[in-house]
Amino acid sequence: MLEIKGLNVAVEGKEILKDINLKIGTGESHALFGPNGSGKTTLLMAIMGFPRYQVTKGKIIFKDKDITRLGVDERARLGIGISFQRPPVVRGVKTRDMVSASLRGRGDEKTIAQLAERTDLTDFLDRDINYGFSGGEIKRAELMQLLAQKPELTLLDEPESGVDLVNIALIGKLINELLEKDCPIRTRKCMGLIITHTGHILEYINVRTGYVMLNGSIVCQGDPHEILASVKEKGYEECARCVR
Amino acid sequence: MRKVKSSPSYKEKARAAAAKAASLGEDIDIAAFGAEAEAQPYQADPSKLPAQAKKQMLETGVILDDNSQRSGTYIQMDNMPIHYSSRQEGIEVMAMSQALEKYDWLADYWWRAVAVDTDKYTAHIELKDSDGYFIRALPGKKTVYPVQSCLYLAKAKLAQNVHNIIIAEENSELHIVTGCTVASGKEPGLHLGVSEFYIKKGAKVTFTMIHSWNPEMAVRPRTGVIIEDNGLFLSNYVLMKPVRSLQTNPLADCIGENATVRFNSVLVAPPDSHMDTGSRVLLNAKGAKTEIISRALTTGGTIIARGYIEGNAPDVKGHLECRGLILEEKGSIHAIPELEGNLAGIDLSHEAAVGKIAEEEVEYLMARGLTRNEATATIVRGFLHVDIVGLPPQLAAELQKAVEDSEKELM
Repeated sequence: MLEIKGLNVAVEGKEILKDINLKIGTGESHALFGPNGSGKTTLLMAIMGFPRYQVTKGKIIFKDKDITRLGVDERARLGIGISFQRPPVVRGVKTRDMVSASLRGRGDEKTIAQLAERTDLTDFLDRDINYGFSGGEIKRAELMQLLAQKPELTLLDEPESGVDLVNIALIGKLINELLEKDCPIRTRKCMGLIITHTGHILEYINVRTGYVMLNGSIVCQGDPHEILASVKEKGYEECARCVR
Repeated sequence: MRKVKSSPSYKEKARAAAAKAASLGEDIDIAAFGAEAEAQPYQADPSKLPAQAKKQMLETGVILDDNSQRSGTYIQMDNMPIHYSSRQEGIEVMAMSQALEKYDWLADYWWRAVAVDTDKYTAHIELKDSDGYFIRALPGKKTVYPVQSCLYLAKAKLAQNVHNIIIAEENSELHIVTGCTVASGKEPGLHLGVSEFYIKKGAKVTFTMIHSWNPEMAVRPRTGVIIEDNGLFLSNYVLMKPVRSLQTNPLADCIGENATVRFNSVLVAPPDSHMDTGSRVLLNAKGAKTEIISRALTTGGTIIARGYIEGNAPDVKGHLECRGLILEEKGSIHAIPELEGNLAGIDLSHEAAVGKIAEEEVEYLMARGLTRNEATATIVRGFLHVDIVGLPPQLAAELQKAVEDSEKELM
């Protein structure tokens, strides 16, 4: 379970998130909506523990452990993984190296080859990670690393942005694998928190709860499809008026 | 010492240039180093060399215990060739002194790719009648395994002088691995080496050189390469150990149509090391191509990474890439990429970048579960990995291993 209690987060001294409360039960996936600049990515980065995102108040509890002060790598090893919206290019470091690092000894070259095949990235294994990749290739490479890492909590920052319609189904399928959607709910362990701008990805992934974030606060929580329909019809301005 | 003297005109030119400082690098006082070393016996079986020397040679890619993966071997200790042999028909490996006795025509190659009066170091090599290796692939012959050579400085405070000539006759293919190293871990020494390469029509030469010096060594290699029509020269240079002062700036002249040159170098400068290295390519014939790629990493030393491409003929193409990584505050990297185009329709480009490891990249790897140290090591390893096109797979693997072994010490 992930539980966030009264979380405030500052970036370079400026407070971005205010009093965030959120709970994702074991095996559940939730979606995060909100306009550009509302703080969605900041929340994901703070959960992952990037030093630039400083928790000034509140707590992050993961698997009954207070992880608020843990480093990024410690959180990753504890079972949190992230798909970046715009990951960096790391020249010289091959896609293969990234998958191998994510596996942390739990697989060999054959495992890597199989993961590459599943994500349609076989020809990318010996290329520098993210260098010259298209939008869809970047997202699939992120998911390939996550499939290798097998996190219990997956943070997905706009997994469908820049992805064409042909690829979006594959992205959806891979996310479902990551989130163990084929497992019965009773035995499902994996959790997800997905930022989506367009909501397209929700046509492929079953999400239990949706949140709307405005100006660094969660202002609405409910059925993700209802929220999405309302936003599509009336925009986020309506969310601002109807703060529940 | 050579028995055959070169023509008097070279001696005159050398004498005139005996005090000529090099255009680049600290001026080394050659007289401060000894000229004479004890005579070394010829070693018919190089596996019988002392274990310590063999171990050091092995670190630079020279394998003496089992030469089944080598087409030939040349070993020079101080200023004396102590072993030379070829294991493949059509591939000649001998001491320069022997080659000069055997081939009158060798005079035609003498000081043609490197000018004898380039500076006091080339002059010194001529004036000392320096020996070195002669490696030649006969027309159409291709090495199955690389030829290896080792220039080993055994005596402390000595000036080692070497003059090498490499000839790849038409349509031949020659792979050479050369290791240069020093017995002492701390005594000063001077290594002067002239290497002249002649790549004939359709021939291919790969030259992989691994240097391993000590913090007191001064090193001044002087290299010239002449490439004819459709010839290929591929150089890989690796220096990841300390050196007090290194200055080298090889010049490749593409005189034949579609001649191709690639220079790859990987340099790591520990504290107090000063490395001034570069590669120059003249694209003097139609369709000639070059790529100069260097990776410079400092943990406290200074690296000057030069690159120069000159386009003087139609349809030539050149690219220069220099990337520098500064791991410690005191380190310094000065990238000097230069392009000169003297004709319309040529295509020359460069990219250079110097900086520290981006925090964003480290954190990206950490988000996959690597510790900060593991993430940094992975990025450094990736940085030093140069994709080398054209090396036989076994040789590429050996080179990669040499780089990785040095990385372990680095991290």
